Amino acid sequence: MRAVTVVGAGLAGWHAVRELRDQGFDGTITVIGAEPQRPYDRPPLSKRFLRGEIDEAELALADEAELAEVDAHWRTGRRAVRLDRHTRTVELDDGTLIASDGVVIATGALARTLPGLTDVAGVHTLRTLADARALRTALTEGTPRTVVIGAGFVGAEVAATCHALGLPVTVVEALDVPLARVLGPTVGAICGELHRDHGVTMHCGFGVAGLRTEPNRGDGAGGDTDRTGSTRVTAVLGRDGRELAADVVVIGIGSRPAVDWLAGSGVDIADGVGCDAGGATALPGVVALGDVARYADPAGGSRRHEHWTAAVEQAPVAVRTLLTGRSRGESGTDPVPNRVPYFWSDQYSTRIQLAGHPDADDDLAVVEGSFADRDFVSVYRRQGRLTGVVAMNRGRCFTRLRRELRAEVERAVESSPAAST
Amino acid sequence: MIPVCTLAELPPGESVRVLAPRPVAVFNADGELYAIDDTCSHQDAALSDGWLEGCLIECPLHAAMFDLRTGMPTGPPARRPVRTYPVVLVGDMIHVDTSVREPVA
Repeated sequence: MRAVTVVGAGLAGWHAVRELRDQGFDGTITVIGAEPQRPYDRPPLSKRFLRGEIDEAELALADEAELAEVDAHWRTGRRAVRLDRHTRTVELDDGTLIASDGVVIATGALARTLPGLTDVAGVHTLRTLADARALRTALTEGTPRTVVIGAGFVGAEVAATCHALGLPVTVVEALDVPLARVLGPTVGAICGELHRDHGVTMHCGFGVAGLRTEPNRGDGAGGDTDRTGSTRVTAVLGRDGRELAADVVVIGIGSRPAVDWLAGSGVDIADGVGCDAGGATALPGVVALGDVARYADPAGGSRRHEHWTAAVEQAPVAVRTLLTGRSRGESGTDPVPNRVPYFWSDQYSTRIQLAGHPDADDDLAVVEGSFADRDFVSVYRRQGRLTGVVAMNRGRCFTRLRRELRAEVERAVESSPAAST
Repeated sequence: MIPVCTLAELPPGESVRVLAPRPVAVFNADGELYAIDDTCSHQDAALSDGWLEGCLIECPLHAAMFDLRTGMPTGPPARRPVRTYPVVLVGDMIHVDTSVREPVA
């Protein structure tokens, strides 16, 4: 293999580049990034960057020495628009064609939005550095009334940041209990209480009917000069007739995998890029990792792991699959990425950590601390089997139980019939 | 030399954070005392809150692992080492010498 093209210059793409060199690949690496920046870290965008505590330089995932060391060709600020299945040629939005022996798909995910709102001033999503810059500008001009749509992790972190900036902020959530599908009703309710603990208003079971807008005067009043929409938001409208005044609206309703450019390529893009457990796609010489990828689980089924750690842990596996041309499906003995998802969220002064795939109705038991103090470690169990660990502000005990959970999941796979296929 | 705590207050497997000008984490790894930068070289997390196993400390945020003896990371996501510092026992009192930064291995 002489040339590899990495499509996507985020965390997943960067770790793939590093792994290629670490695993001895000395050919040409070309990295395509839709955003103009070199790889940067997204988690701080909703927290320390939005609060103004760190600048763009501190988001960088790689310093100059590391960038020099990997010796890659960077084609950033350009979007991939097509992958040719026969020649593995990637076409860019300026018509450039890049042919290579191997392709790494790491295009990540895009923020979901509400239909018809892309051109309304004052309405934001938060996924990219450009998004974060625009939101930061909007939040620091005057004291805008802010409404966050969606009490998931990004929405909750933005609400906490608004609170830290001294802004009036309201959170609306479609579910009756925020994060109930991820954390179960008990812990989800406690996450909702975090907002109320800090005097932030939250409306659960709130269906958004639309936004009230007015013609955009374009004079920057209302705290947003960087959007040039013809209308500007003034309120969020509820299906029940409620109306919440808003100068800034942040939509935090999740993401969708960035797979449009792969249409017709022969890659399975039903719900992200379908891969075997080693990151191999349906096309030879094409692997995928990170938010865009849906990995087969050796225990059956497949899922996307849209977490920071998943991208890091998939990189060595996906790159080995690419360089050896041997997928997990063939050998059955190669290591697979850690299959116990893990993520964290910092909100107000609380660090929430979750590992595993608990179901909403799994049994929940406190191991340390208490829910009332917002300081605990709890485990989820299904039929006696450990399925997840969740903690608030208890990193050490959480880490120990996360390791136990991982060991238990690996044992369960080794003893399952699916493991030998 | 910064006094930390008595040996009795830091049993094996435990850690303590010292708020020197730059926070330092002191560990008792199965009877051996070690001091390293408390802040993970990768991102903002306190290694004194991490999980200690043998001479390895796992960062509580991203699971980066560092060797307490050398400060070196054992693999991604951390790439840069953390500083190590001499630990001195004066009587029963543990001290950390933050003035003498031991060279990174």
